[in-house]
Amino acid sequence: MSKPRTMFEKIWDSHVVSRNDDGVSVIYIDRHLVHEVTSPQAFEGLRMAKRPVRRPDATLAVVDHNVPTSHDRLKGITDPEAKLQVDTLEKNVAQFGIEYFGMADKRQGIVHVIGPEQGMTQPGMTIVCGDSHTSTHGAFGALAFGIGTSEVEHVLATQTLIQKPAKNMRVLVEGELTPFTTAKDIILAIIGKIGTAGGTGYVIEFAGSAIRSLSMEGRMTVCNMTIEGGARAGLIAPDDTTFEDLRGRPMAPQGADFDKAVAYWRTLVTDDGAVFDKEIRLDAKDIAPQVTWGTSPETVAPITGFVPDPAKIEDQGQREFITRALDYMGLQAGQRLTDVSIDKVFIGSCTNSRIEDLREVAKIAAGRKVAKTVYAMIVPGSGLVKEQAEKEGLDKIFIEAGFDWREAGCSMCLAMNADKLQPGERCASTSNRNFEGRQGRGGRTHLMSPAMAAAAALTGRLTDVRELVK
Amino acid sequence: MQKFDKLTGPAAPLNMVNVDTDAIIPKQFLKTIERTGLGKFLFNDLRFTPDGAEKPDFVLNKPAYRHAQILVAGENFGCGSSREHAPWSLLDFGIRCVIAPSYADIFYNNCFKNGILPLVLPKEQVEELMKDAEAGLELTIDLQKQTVTGGNRKEYKFDIDPFRKKCLLNGLDDIGLTLEKEKTISTFEDAQKTKQPWLYG
Ligand code: SF4
Repeated sequence: MSKPRTMFEKIWDSHVVSRNDDGVSVIYIDRHLVHEVTSPQAFEGLRMAKRPVRRPDATLAVVDHNVPTSHDRLKGITDPEAKLQVDTLEKNVAQFGIEYFGMADKRQGIVHVIGPEQGMTQPGMTIVCGDSHTSTHGAFGALAFGIGTSEVEHVLATQTLIQKPAKNMRVLVEGELTPFTTAKDIILAIIGKIGTAGGTGYVIEFAGSAIRSLSMEGRMTVCNMTIEGGARAGLIAPDDTTFEDLRGRPMAPQGADFDKAVAYWRTLVTDDGAVFDKEIRLDAKDIAPQVTWGTSPETVAPITGFVPDPAKIEDQGQREFITRALDYMGLQAGQRLTDVSIDKVFIGSCTNSRIEDLREVAKIAAGRKVAKTVYAMIVPGSGLVKEQAEKEGLDKIFIEAGFDWREAGCSMCLAMNADKLQPGERCASTSNRNFEGRQGRGGRTHLMSPAMAAAAALTGRLTDVRELVK
Repeated sequence: MQKFDKLTGPAAPLNMVNVDTDAIIPKQFLKTIERTGLGKFLFNDLRFTPDGAEKPDFVLNKPAYRHAQILVAGENFGCGSSREHAPWSLLDFGIRCVIAPSYADIFYNNCFKNGILPLVLPKEQVEELMKDAEAGLELTIDLQKQTVTGGNRKEYKFDIDPFRKKCLLNGLDDIGLTLEKEKTISTFEDAQKTKQPWLYG
């Protein structure tokens, strides 16, 4: 019998085109997602070297990062630089023959929402995009990771990448989550445990009963933030939940091909006895709703907790980092998290802007009102998510409660468009990064789940959603 | 790509851990379609006040380090986004080598594509070099020999993947190298197409 392998090793092995003695390999890339911000220089490189795109049929382009999310956006983008990037992408996809979802297309949305929505993301694939949250697609059992612009050019030209295999880590989450604790809380708790560099050099496979019982949306939330734990890719074993989600999607295999594909996908799971270089365990019942208090996703605590005291941290680098973070965030050591008041709420991003996330928010918001001191926005992940939410009447609940219901895009996740925090403003956000300035210079970000962000919108402060609904 | 073999000069000490790519270059400067010209935005929020004035305390604003080609930093340098604008802005400013105990994977990769050497040394050794950098002493980096020489002539050995070393030393273009394997790529595609026809709609 051959040596038992992890899912990562199986996908890796089946994509090696050639391998050097030191393990550095040329690996084949099955699908490539392209957006306006990290691709212009790559296409320019192709043009300069007179190289074609090797597989336009395996490439899909969309605008998301800097497009406006206002309802009148089809009148044109007013920011000249953003407009230039969008126009440049449109010119490039036309020249190189790549399928493209523009702002007027209802399939337009955040690159990591639309791939799975179209069925482009499938188990066993290698998928890349010039964006670090490409890890999202690992929820389907695809090896998916973010790349830089030079690598975007490399994939466009050769449909391959030069890579070294990663190490294997497994994170097991067993048991059942308590009410109002979600996939977002699982991944924040994991990052809190391993740290933002804990996964560096690894691919993380998430496993255990709590992971298996997550919906595809939840699995995507977990894999999405793998990169915040330092790992370029996260993986979850494909199962019937995955296959049922894929069935019938436009870019998924159809008819007899689908059954053939499922048979193959079932072989991808990690073999019994496969060896992981590192293993971490969490008990789902110990995870409470989480919220970040600092300027790195690892600076996280249960909502019932307090802002920590940097004086008690031994490592000097870490102590200085935390001191600086509290200063930036305008928080005091020992402060109760639920005493922190907020100015804005952002519900959206590739972490939490799918239909299930919006349903969660609607559940909390129904029949309640956004606090008078708060501006709260909801930005759906794609035009199709928006359409679905409106079909279910969620938009009415949101608008009734006082939320601003917007068009699809990345929006205030990275604040490249007009949606941003002013200096000193504090935001409850369902996105994935709370770095200094991430949502606008001087802006203060607290990361949390959609249910927790909705609760914060209603009370005007960080809130334990479990208390609110009691 | 510019070759990298040997470099001597002052090193700018940036004694911070978890320096993320949003700090290296904030998103408002990603709206470019060029690779060049980003040096003036490097570390924007740390380097300049909101009205654009220099913050005199920031290391790259100090006379001794304004032309530094080496940066010494804390753990997990370059974490966060995949933006290659981070190494582009470092390079455009003139930085050719970063020395740190660890890097985020994507940033680490991106450096090599741009002729920047992201050099890894154990934390204690980086701390020693940080002191040299703070004292304004010159460091010498020799990629061929895989050594850094500190201010007091102390020599540190570093590890680097042989393929990446070769590419940096010769300024090789990855894409050109891979395209030499065009036949192997086609053979791979033919085999995959037979086994998994649905991948080739
Ligand atoms: S939503 Fe945020 S994290 Fe996701 S792709 Fe857009 S900018 Fe990146």
